[in-house]
Amino acid sequence: MNTGYFFPHRHILGIDHLSREDILYILDTAESFKEISARPIKKVPTLRGHTIINLFFEPSTRTRLSFEVAAKRMSADTFNISASTSSATKGETLIDTARNISAMHPDIIIIRHSFSGAPHMLARYVDAAVINAGDGAHEHPSQGLLDMMTVKEHKGRLHDLKVAIVGDILHSRVAHSAIQGFTRMGSSVQVYGPSTLIPKGLEQLGARVCTSLEEVVRDADIVMTLRIQKERQNDPLLPSFREYSRQFGVTKQLMGLAKPDALVMHPGPVNRGVELMPEVADSSQSVILNQVTNGVAVRMALLYLVMGNG
Amino acid sequence: MNRSWWIKNGRLIDPANKVDDQGDLYIVDGRICPPDSEVDRAQLEVIDAAGCLVTPGLIDMHVHLREPGQEYKEDIVSGARAAASGGFTAVACMPNTRPVNDSSAVCAMIRQQARGAAARVYPVAAISKGSRGEELAEFGELRDAGAVAVSDDGLPVHDSQLMRRAMEYASDFGLAVIAHCEDPALASGVMNEGEVATRLGLKGIPTAAESIMVYREIALAEFTGKRVHIAHVSTAMSVDLIRAAKARGVAVSAETAPHYFTLTDQAVDGYQTNAKMNPPLRSEADRQAVIQGLQDGTLDAIATDHAPHSSLEKETEFDAAAFGIIGLETALPLSLELVRQGVISESRLVELLAVNPARILGVEGGSLSPGAVADLTIIKPDDRFVYTAAAIVSKSHNTPFLDRTLEGRAQLTMVAGELKFSRQAR
Repeated sequence: MNTGYFFPHRHILGIDHLSREDILYILDTAESFKEISARPIKKVPTLRGHTIINLFFEPSTRTRLSFEVAAKRMSADTFNISASTSSATKGETLIDTARNISAMHPDIIIIRHSFSGAPHMLARYVDAAVINAGDGAHEHPSQGLLDMMTVKEHKGRLHDLKVAIVGDILHSRVAHSAIQGFTRMGSSVQVYGPSTLIPKGLEQLGARVCTSLEEVVRDADIVMTLRIQKERQNDPLLPSFREYSRQFGVTKQLMGLAKPDALVMHPGPVNRGVELMPEVADSSQSVILNQVTNGVAVRMALLYLVMGNG
Repeated sequence: MNRSWWIKNGRLIDPANKVDDQGDLYIVDGRICPPDSEVDRAQLEVIDAAGCLVTPGLIDMHVHLREPGQEYKEDIVSGARAAASGGFTAVACMPNTRPVNDSSAVCAMIRQQARGAAARVYPVAAISKGSRGEELAEFGELRDAGAVAVSDDGLPVHDSQLMRRAMEYASDFGLAVIAHCEDPALASGVMNEGEVATRLGLKGIPTAAESIMVYREIALAEFTGKRVHIAHVSTAMSVDLIRAAKARGVAVSAETAPHYFTLTDQAVDGYQTNAKMNPPLRSEADRQAVIQGLQDGTLDAIATDHAPHSSLEKETEFDAAAFGIIGLETALPLSLELVRQGVISESRLVELLAVNPARILGVEGGSLSPGAVADLTIIKPDDRFVYTAAAIVSKSHNTPFLDRTLEGRAQLTMVAGELKFSRQAR
């Protein structure tokens, strides 16, 4: 690791505020922690005595588990608050919830919220470090970082790669973090999906919008598919999963257009047979489970770094 | 109370009479005197307006005063005080109170509360009963109770037939129909749809949501031969539609708000809830088109859409925050910025802020004609100040201009010759 560098971030709210140097430093740190999860005794005392709160206002299985595993492997004390058990159901505002939690002196609060920007607001009201575990359609920075870590492991670099993202770009915080991350590292990102799910202004964010599945996948180094949802708040985005699968699903045949060593990625959970065909999800090109493994390492790194260990 | 004055050394801006000149103004018993009339000057109290503009009282044709029902945000007295300190001598208050102003009782209550307030308060009544968009409110009775216009502001009239009937029926009573133009199904987002919304992960409101409805109102006005007033224009396409309609002779008038010619959707960055309003802040191209519309006469008025909200509604997640910002105390300096930039003249400014609002609403004021009621504003255009929370007169503080240095503000306002506001304690 380079000398003279100091990790400058108290909070991790999005990839958008991380520099190229920050990202590389996080990934290097994650790489050094990855080995801990392979030990027979998977625990180091690094964050002993630290209190970490998982504040989840949206259902989550894998992200919450991943953060919890990461925290426990660093010997931190973790507490989970989910929407169903939280004060949200009692009409307490997020600010009041934040102030009450803050009064118990936690060191880190990990928040997932259906409103974009909720972690930014939380960060203004608490003394703890805040890590965004997904906010609305904005960002999911730890996912973006674990995606980059997985790519770096397999490709040996993060620059000069062609990254194809297919599916619901409009609602996907994963896509937004990936676009920011991969373009910042010097790769090109191209996206494709039904026009109902392509937001305005993607070009200004650095992504090229393609006009066909073939175009987006051709010569790609990475093919990332996103979970699709048929309907949101009465907005008629798609007629059916059946049609999506036939018109926009990533098949084995389609993968033939990508580079032979292209990686298949998906943030999970996969709608098998809808956005991704089972033979692709389970192929040798698929690194979906490596993403999950790296997720723990990246989150260990983030917990370590926001505690001022950078 | 004294209602007779000698205003000396000011620059009189009176576009209704094509006047822009240094001069004195005499006011006797609350009315403006002809310059050559025999006035006993010894009986007049002197106001020195050196370095100031003397204009007809400014009229804000679009405010929300929240009374009855939400007095914790604003009330008629506090709103009128904010208006006066911003240079306004009259405001027209929208009917989305609780209850909705769809009855003579609410109109009468508003006028009662406004008695002795720091500015005239004209009620705008609802188009439909309860603003539910189903049946027409009783325009005749509302007019008799003091309403000057009708609008379902905040809740766009979805039913085109109802809007057509409103334009027709309102004309029988000389009431302006003020249209809040938004297609509700398209306008379900929280900020302008575009690059910033995508970057922030916030749901967008397309410009088309406004322009579609602007065109509907124009088509209805054109077909029926009746008039319509378009509220808070925010998009380039709306400006184009209105310009073309006016060229065809359609009786359409329109207003915009200072935030639409001052800010863009970039102001939302950082999830700033004080930059959340409806319609939303748009792109730079839209902002430029709105300025062009003010300059070339497409847009008739600057109105604030003063929409007070407490911290309960604004110190929250962006999606959960209420739409709207206060504007009474910033409209004048922000509009004067257009004068300083050479975009519009002082006379045009007074047309936008006084002459045209008076004409569209059919209320007195808007000129310094001899015999006219002495509603006037004295403005010091180079008065620089920092707009701080402590200095805000409105009950609410929801403004994106907080702590900005602004230039130009009212020194004094007068309603029918009565001093309503003076910056220097006299």
